[in-house]
Amino acid sequence: METILFFAFAKPDGSLGKSAREALAAAKELAEKVAPNAFIGAVAGGKTDPAASLLAGAGCARVLAAENPALDQARYAADAAALEAAARAAEATLVLLPGTSRAQRVLGGAAHRLGGRADTHVTELRPAEGGIEATRWHYRQRIEARFTREQRPWLVTLDPSGFAPWEAAAAEPAPEKLATPIDENALRTRVVGFKAPESGAETIRPDANLLFVAGAGWTKKQADGKPHVEEAERLILEFLRLSRASLGSSKSLVDLAGEGEAVLSFLTHLHQVGQTGATPRHPKGLAACCHGEEPHTVGWRFINERRAINLDPNCGWARGKADVLYVADAFAVMAELNKILAERAGQSPRQES
Amino acid sequence: MSEGYHIVVCAGVVPDPWQTLDPVPGPQGPTIKNEMMLPHVLDPWAAHALYEGARLAEQAPGSRLWLASIGPRAKLQQVMMTVAQKVRFELAAMDGPASGFTDADQTAAALAEMIRGLQGLDLSRLLLFGGWESASRGAGITLQLVGERLGIRDQFQGVDALEVLPDGSFQILERVEGGKHQASVCAGPPAVLGWATGNLPEPKNNPQLGMQNMRTILPALQRAKRFAPQPDGLRHLEAKVPSQLRETRVVKNSSPEEIAKELADWILA
Ligand SMILES: Cc1cc2nc3c(=O)[nH]c(=O)nc-3n(C[C@H](O)[C@H](O)[C@H](O)COP(=O)(O)OP(=O)(O)OC[C@H]3O[C@@H](n4cnc5c(N)ncnc54)[C@H](O)[C@@H]3O)c2cc1C
Repeated sequence: METILFFAFAKPDGSLGKSAREALAAAKELAEKVAPNAFIGAVAGGKTDPAASLLAGAGCARVLAAENPALDQARYAADAAALEAAARAAEATLVLLPGTSRAQRVLGGAAHRLGGRADTHVTELRPAEGGIEATRWHYRQRIEARFTREQRPWLVTLDPSGFAPWEAAAAEPAPEKLATPIDENALRTRVVGFKAPESGAETIRPDANLLFVAGAGWTKKQADGKPHVEEAERLILEFLRLSRASLGSSKSLVDLAGEGEAVLSFLTHLHQVGQTGATPRHPKGLAACCHGEEPHTVGWRFINERRAINLDPNCGWARGKADVLYVADAFAVMAELNKILAERAGQSPRQES
Repeated sequence: MSEGYHIVVCAGVVPDPWQTLDPVPGPQGPTIKNEMMLPHVLDPWAAHALYEGARLAEQAPGSRLWLASIGPRAKLQQVMMTVAQKVRFELAAMDGPASGFTDADQTAAALAEMIRGLQGLDLSRLLLFGGWESASRGAGITLQLVGERLGIRDQFQGVDALEVLPDGSFQILERVEGGKHQASVCAGPPAVLGWATGNLPEPKNNPQLGMQNMRTILPALQRAKRFAPQPDGLRHLEAKVPSQLRETRVVKNSSPEEIAKELADWILA
């Protein structure tokens, strides 16, 4: 018999973020099938009350709260201690967490202390004969595998965007306060702030409906024998402003900066999509001046509708990587597209959902 | 810090991303068809960790830099021919599978044991580096598990920058949600850093450095002990490459205006 613990770190205001509520919905659904009376919720943070109410509303039989000023910040030592304490208090066999950077940082360490095992980036969990079956990707989204584990506790992070977030009413909780042993050694690290890329414009928008990927072609010599980097910058920034799309890049384009070539000033490695970049999740993706090579397109695994603009009719996108390939000059198309989007601004593009 | 750091970079080898990967069932879970025939590369994010480690070692006199790697001996040797030309390091190796289906826990146990056995290693000066996720298993937990086994409680993942401050503490930038970095200050070693891309370009090949490195790398490869992970409660039911191919509609000979209109309709739909 499983005992399922849903564990999340609270936001600074004590509430749960979207990916935590998604994982909560998934945990609740699984618990209803395999552990109807043994579904426990836990939250850790500087403040925890709003999250504890949400967990009570989601039907957790017990709600545990690790509230400690040291948990206001995301740092390994304190966070791992909180997760470990919650799993022990719940006597959990299966611990489910949202796949946030904060949870991923400590999942393995906590599993080790608990004598269990950890799996990250799980996209699906379902009851199976004699246990629970998980699905995750290997080789950077190339191979999908289903597996089970005998070891317990089993700690799992669920990748975001696979489930509808839990939204139901909160209930009056009676959370059990969890003592988290956080000693001075756990505070050798201090979080001192957050930094967005220096470019100013915040161009990475995880909740956007559209991903726009720029490739190295934007900086290459064009039909007149010259590169047009400034024009490329203008067109792309204008498009991002009008469409509210999130910006991604090919590796070649971000690497050009390291080689001292003219590049789009707002791009950083954080924008890179692919094998050694991000695997973002957006309903739609549009690539322009990007060849669509395999090491790039593995990062598109979770983009449902895909279109590309490229001068080369034989580029990678043509070979089954996109739904539509427009063989055309991206400079000309994007200039027209910006015009149309500006004209239609009255019925402005769909914003972040 | 006058004595410098002891930097150990954990890095596996993975099939070159250009290769087609075809999973087939094996006696202990899935394997990649013809894996031993595929050209391999140093795991890309771990490679960034190696370049960052080399720069840090250069800046802090008295530092040492090890590369700790588990992989099939022949593949390690192939990959080291190139990696040895990039930066100066000492190799510690084990001969075992480089599969993305091996349990991270056992890999971490073997790595921790190997690191403990490094001659002259001072754990109090240790910076345990690696990629934040491998390009094979992509678990992002192996370094955590090695760190725990070595008693290291300051751990960072998705690291893009490490700056040594005048008092010897580190300022570290880690990738967090929304295209941002979280900046932390850590009192100093020991610490675990799982690197993302960092800030350094791939060093150019230096054949002379390669020859120097290979003098110690080849004996290290010969000494490499066997690593034979067991299934240990992890059971794969299926591994498959999902059909990725789409029916691509290739639109030629349309004007930019026509294409833009179609795109606008699609974006706004
Ligand atoms: C270990 C490893 C890891 C890698 N990881 C990644 C990764 O994470 N992400 C990634 O992206 N790549 C990755 N790569 C690199 C990848 O193999 C490609 O080299 C890269 O994606 C190519 O980038 P690109 O398509 O922008 O550039 P290019 O290949 O230079 O393509 C430029 C394209 O622009 C088009 N173009 C030029 N002008 C115009 C115009 N006016 N209008 C329309 N089209 C135009 C050209 O036709 C061409 O198709 C990796 C490679 C290796 C070996």
